[in-house]
Amino acid sequence: MATEGGPNIHPMEQFVVKPLFGGHELNWYTPTNVTLWMGIAVLVAVTLLIIGTRRRAIVPTRSQLLAEGLYGFVYKMIEDINGKAGLKYFPYIFTLFTFILISNTLGLVPYSFTTTSQAAVTVVLALAVFLTVTTIGLVKNGVGFLKVFWITSAPLPLRPILAIIEIISYFVRPVSHSIRLMGNMMAGHAVIKVFAGFAGVLGLFSFFPIIAIMAVLGLELIVVFIQAYVFTILTVIYMNDALHPGGH
Amino acid sequence: MASGIRLAALTSLLASGGTAAFAAAEEGEKTGMPQLDFGTYPNQIFWLVVTLLVLYFLLSRIALPRIASILSERQGAIARDLEQAEELRRKAVAAEEAYKQALADARAEANQIIAEAKAEIQKEMDAANAKAEAEIAARTAESEKRIAEIRSGMMQAVEDVARDTAVEIIDAILPGIADPKLVADTVAAKVKE
Repeated sequence: MATEGGPNIHPMEQFVVKPLFGGHELNWYTPTNVTLWMGIAVLVAVTLLIIGTRRRAIVPTRSQLLAEGLYGFVYKMIEDINGKAGLKYFPYIFTLFTFILISNTLGLVPYSFTTTSQAAVTVVLALAVFLTVTTIGLVKNGVGFLKVFWITSAPLPLRPILAIIEIISYFVRPVSHSIRLMGNMMAGHAVIKVFAGFAGVLGLFSFFPIIAIMAVLGLELIVVFIQAYVFTILTVIYMNDALHPGGH
Repeated sequence: MASGIRLAALTSLLASGGTAAFAAAEEGEKTGMPQLDFGTYPNQIFWLVVTLLVLYFLLSRIALPRIASILSERQGAIARDLEQAEELRRKAVAAEEAYKQALADARAEANQIIAEAKAEIQKEMDAANAKAEAEIAARTAESEKRIAEIRSGMMQAVEDVARDTAVEIIDAILPGIADPKLVADTVAAKVKE
């Protein structure tokens, strides 16, 4: 469909999962571009958070400052929303945030593959959050976890109706949680690709789409951070239900 | 049409039990969203889980404890520095107090020394004054004695002169009647008046 018309633009081609070393077999264990870019994300995380902090300087270097900034950002987010009880899950949430932020940002590199634009990835991430929150909620509060759906601040006759709405919205969470991230990542990258395709065919006038690419790239730099932030803060807010059910 | 291919991909995924032919994926690429090519899901999910586990392990075992220790060390260092600064400030204040105390002591001592010196000088001066006064008094007494002697000597001389003069005058006026003894007594009485 994208191939119809004049310019030969494949905005969605960048999202195709391919075996890394050629061939056509795609088994569950086959190293693919997904493997490559997830591995690069891990390397970036290691460089930034482990190698960057290896000197343990009292006066931080640039990379250590960045690592400390990310740490403090997530730590404070959890502390503000969940209180001290939430800090037990800090490594888990920090891992999610780091992975999403680095993957999103790596996606802006030309010729890269954006792992967080894949439904498989975001759905697994969102389901992991959903299952974690539900499990923690049930283990910590038992049946009391169901208070999440019973809004005591509402008038009594309204509560059953609200309970139904709350239950539906609870189970829709992983859907919105995953689609939001995937959609944002996919849209921005597809737009860049479309402009890049225009730039290829417009000849002298290609500086228009190139300027547009620069503008979109600037916007995307904001979006990649905001989406990582949104995913993380929603995780923390969902976690709050598990830690303090009925605390509406 | 796209949904048909998706369905085909899904059924092939189900049929092959997690292994899809890459050809199906290639076809999916041309028709719609590659994200909905379910044939690639097991692969992506597998690598995602591996990545997350590795990342979680690295972060929770190495990165996060290290950053936490850096931050707490910095907190500790700042607190320690502040404490040290406070300690030094206290020491400076104590030193200033000691300095002031020493200054006050020195002043007091100086004042005492001055007072003692003054008292001693006063004493010496008093002694010298007393001695001088005694000497002056002695000299005065001596002088007065001598003045008295001179005065009495002078009186005698005046009497002698007066007597001689009186005798001469009487001899000159009435020669031969002069009674030297009477004249002498009379002159002596007159001079004494």
